[in-house]
Formats: sequence, structure tokens, C-alpha cells
Amino acid sequence: MKESTRLIHKYLRHDKKFPHVWCPGCGIGILLGALIRAIDRVGLEKDEVVLISGIGCSSRLPVYVDFNTLHTTHGRALTFASGVKLANPSLNVIVVMGDGDAVAIGGNHLIHAARRNIDLTAVIINNAVYGMTGGQTSPTTPYGMKTTTAVYRNVEHAFRISELAVTAGAVFVGRGTVYHARLLDQLIEKAILKEGFGVVEVISHCHTQYGKLNRLGSAVDMMRSQKENAVSVEKAKKLDAQALEGKIITGVLVDKEQPVYREQYEKVRARAKGMVLAEDL
Amino acid sequence: MTGRQDSDTVRESKGREVLLQGNEAVAEGSLAAGCRFFAGYPITPATEISEVLSVKLPQLDGTFIQMEDEIASMGAIIGASLTGVKSMTATSGPGFSLMQENIGFACMAEVPCVVVNVMRGGPSTGLPTSPSQGDVMQARWGTHGDHSTIVLSPATVRECFDITVMAFNFSEKYRTPVIVLMDEIVGHMREKILLPPPEDVTVVDRLQPTVPPEWYIPYEDTPTGVPPMGVFGSGYRYHVTGLTHDVRGFPTQRPDEVDPLIRRLFRKITQHFDDIQVGKEFLTEDAQVVVIAYGSVARSAKRAVKEARAREIRAGLFQPITLWPFMRKTVERIATRAKTLIVPEMSMGQISREVKRVNEGRASVVTLNRVDGNLVTPDEILEKILEGTR
Repeated sequence: MKESTRLIHKYLRHDKKFPHVWCPGCGIGILLGALIRAIDRVGLEKDEVVLISGIGCSSRLPVYVDFNTLHTTHGRALTFASGVKLANPSLNVIVVMGDGDAVAIGGNHLIHAARRNIDLTAVIINNAVYGMTGGQTSPTTPYGMKTTTAVYRNVEHAFRISELAVTAGAVFVGRGTVYHARLLDQLIEKAILKEGFGVVEVISHCHTQYGKLNRLGSAVDMMRSQKENAVSVEKAKKLDAQALEGKIITGVLVDKEQPVYREQYEKVRARAKGMVLAEDL
Repeated sequence: MTGRQDSDTVRESKGREVLLQGNEAVAEGSLAAGCRFFAGYPITPATEISEVLSVKLPQLDGTFIQMEDEIASMGAIIGASLTGVKSMTATSGPGFSLMQENIGFACMAEVPCVVVNVMRGGPSTGLPTSPSQGDVMQARWGTHGDHSTIVLSPATVRECFDITVMAFNFSEKYRTPVIVLMDEIVGHMREKILLPPPEDVTVVDRLQPTVPPEWYIPYEDTPTGVPPMGVFGSGYRYHVTGLTHDVRGFPTQRPDEVDPLIRRLFRKITQHFDDIQVGKEFLTEDAQVVVIAYGSVARSAKRAVKEARAREIRAGLFQPITLWPFMRKTVERIATRAKTLIVPEMSMGQISREVKRVNEGRASVVTLNRVDGNLVTPDEILEKILEGTR
């Protein structure tokens, strides 16, 4: 309790009107806690953190915390973040997005930020639905489920965000759930410490929209299913595709070394000034 | 620049003589103004701006990045500007359409940046390699919602340089995106010009807060209507959002907080019309027929006016450089004296609508519209001048 009081006093904005906008039982609050604990553990100064979001329930997260905060347009958080990071590389840039933000309207920016390996941390909270607008189908809504725009059931197949990030070249990809809060702290901490583009996918729930439409029960019931369906990366390696059907593979999916964009661009600057680099010979 | 009668030919002795293209002059102007971040996406007829800056920015420890699209380019320059680095992007019609949402973000969050739109024929993919002036209204109203805007339009290569500097200065001074609206002819035209030495270029930087961070109120009203801008990483931590916000930057729906914000966003432009509105007048003082033209059409118009004068017709030219906010006072003054106003445009008439609105029946307004992808010629304008004096 003492520790959480310290974190609240240090990181939450005292001049911001609480309570927050999220529904009781929402997973975004758990993510906010995990994010603050991770930043505290890494030991970043508040002045050097820029927390950036897009649009949706998740996008309201930065307003509550005492960093440099930027609430951008829908799907474009990573583009603003790229500008911030490239213009001032000493800043630590963390981007919070929802599933609609990151892989629907902003899908193109996600794959290109990963491809460039700009040193950003992208935290994507995936609740499989557009919550703020009232429960419409998102690119991560599972096949056969109901939403307010798929009352006859969703006939599209869901994106797997972490696997998409791996394929696009992200150097760190981790997946957790809001039930596994401790794991989440660790994944976010690792992603922040990682030099390069890191992605943490956070499986969450929207019991007020998606849960209600699909009769999945309360927030507690939905979190229980996160617990029951979670399979660690290590365990998953021993299971076949059939056994993994509907499971959430949690842990570190990728952690590799690759030069970050800034280092590469320093080569451009050096060549622009007439220097001949060893690799050009 | 107002009152300078003839600056097509540069007579200053100082500076570096160069043969430059309009787009290249924009790139040079941006660097002279202190631009150190450019994000863009290739598009005809604006690509040369990207190409030049991809070469020159890294030489100056600046950053050039080619983004995945124009939406991303606009987002990136806003992000860079929030760290205190002057930023620009350049595009043409289709890309300009894609940038609109984030241009609105820059208006609302008051982030200085410069957007160059080298106009080509439209709508849609249109005529990629031909000139047009069809985006004048889009430059004013392209992004959704009620907002003010600054749009500047050069007609010569030297003006491309000067006006890009001016665009950066206005964007820094008034914390607003500024649009440099060119047409394909101005962008691709080559002229010999004198590039002024750096010490002759006036550069304005944004006002930064001087109070201790805990006293800083990021969106507080000031006599100029422009609050000092804290820079990310400088200790002034605050919230930046596209949502309607209170003086601290936090989202609000309270009518007594929403109304003052929107009014201030307008006021910071409207109370500085004298500074922002720039134009050139050529022989307008005794003119019976005044041509109102901007961009490359102003060049044709000037020739037509000279030819009319040679025939002892009292013709003149008014070239608005600031297209928005529209130069109402100047046009009113001209319309009161002249019998006829001629507004040639490479569109079905966008500035001519404004001229008619401001004219209020004082003079007769004649439009000359060309939408076939070609420049309005001096002969066409001369013909209208002759008609206007009959």
C-alpha cells in the first residue's frame, strides 16, 4: 500500500480531474498501473518520458500521468512518436494504442515503425472491440463473435497483433494479459529498456460492450478466462496447433539485436558531410 | 514586402547568385528559416523539395525522413515541432487531402509547422504534371471544424524563398500551421535569383515559457492570444490534445472553457492582420482596371498590365501573397477606386468569390477561368482588360 501511494503521488497528475473515464472493471487501469511501475523500475525521469496515444478508450491514459503527454489523432500515434523521437533522441517515447488504433486505421504505421526500428515502445491494449464508440467490430474481434456492427456474427478473421509485429521486424515483442499484471510490468520494462522498436500486446476485456453482447459474464469472469487460456511461450512450443486453438500465448515472443534507426541515420549524416564509412569501401 | 513596386528582378547586390527552381528555393528558404526536420512522401510536382532536403538536412545535423504516406508525414512534423525543432512537409493535391486531419490537430494544439502544397490539376489524381489553383478553398477550409488559417502564395522563385521564410516566422509567432500554396509552374520554374546572405534573413522563433514549470499554464490567454510554448523534455510537462481543452490542456466540454479557446484561436490571427496580410501592388494607384492575381497567373497579369499601359490604358495589378486571411481592406480600397476588377485563376473561381464578397457591388468583377491544365496567358488577360475599358 505504501508503495502504491508513493507511485500515485509521484506519477499521477494532481491537477487533473479524477475519476477517470474508464468503466468500472476495465483493464486499462491495470495497464496504467503496470506502465507506471515499469517506468519507475527503469528509473526514468518524468521530464524525459513522452507518453503518446491515439484515439479510443486507451487514448485517455496519458492525460492522468505527469509526463510530457500527447493525445494525437486516430491511428497516428506512432507517426507523431516517430517525429518526437527523431527530433530529440534523448527522450524516451512510449506509445499507448488500442487494437483499432494500432492494426485497423494505424496498421500501416505499425508495420513501418517496426520496419524502421525507431527506438519506441508501443503498448497495444487489445480488447477485441471498439469500446468508446459502443462495441463495434475491430480487426481483432474473433471469428463468429457478435458486436454492435456484427449482430449476425463476425465473418472476418482476427489479426494476431504480436505475430504481425514479429513479421514486420519489431526487435522486441511480448504479450501479456491484464490478469497477469506482474508479467505485464516485466514485459513493459523490458520493452522500454530495449534499444529499438518494442511491442507489448496486452490482452484485455470489454465486459460492458463485447462481454455483454457475447454473454461472457462480468469483468471478473472475463479475466478468469484470460487466466485459464494463457499459455506461456515455453509451454506453447511443446503444443501443436490444435491444442493452441483459442489460447493466449504469453511472454517474450521476440528479443533480438538490430541497429536502431538513429544509428543508421548517423551514417547518412556522416556521408552527407563527405565522410567515407568503412562499410562503403 | 507591401509597397515594393517591382521585385521580380532582384537588384540587391548582396547575396549568392543562383539558378534555382521554385521547389528548390522553398527548400533553401526552409533551411534559412531554421527548419531542421522534414517528413514527406513523394508526389509530383512537389518531390524536388524532398529530394533537396534529403541531401541538405543531414549536412546540417537535421533529419529528413520519407514516411509511409502523407498522413504519417504530417504526424511526424507535428511530433518533431513539439520537441522544439522547426519542421516542414511538402506535397500536392492528393497528399494535401490526406494531411487535412492532422493539419487540424496542429491548429487545435497550436503546433507551429509549415505545409507546402504545390497545386496540380484536380479533382482526384487529376493532372499530376499540370498547374492549377484549385486548392485555394481547401487550404482555407480543408480540415474539419471552425478554425483560422494562414495561407501564403508565391509567384516567383525569389518569392518561394522569401515566403517560405515568412511561413516559418508566422507559424512560430502565431503557433499555427502555415500553408505555402504554390502551383506547378511556380514550383518547376527556374529563375536566376540572389539568395540573401543568412544575416539578411529575419528569423522568428517561438516564444518559450520563462516562468517556473509549476507556474506554467500551457494554453493561457495572453495579449497577443499566443501562449508561450513549452518544449517536450525542457521540464515543462503538459498535456497536448486534439480534444477541446482548458487552459491547462486537459479535455473539457464546459461551454465557458470551450468558447474562449475557439475564440482565441481565431483572435490570435484576426488581431494580427496588419502583420500577416502581405501583398504587392503594381501601378494600382490611378488604375481603372485592376487585375487581382496570385501565383504564376500574377506573372501573366503583370505582363498584360504593362502592355495595357503601353496602350495608355490605366491598368494595375494587385498580387495578394497572403491568400488567407483574405486581404479584405486592400481589395476594398482598390474596388472603391477602380471601375473593373479582373480575377484570372486556374480554377472555376475561388479567390474571385472572395473578391465579389468584399467588392459588394463597388466595381464590376470579371472572372477569367482556365481549367485545361494550362497557364492563363498575358493575351487572355489583356483582352479582358481591353473589354473592361470599352
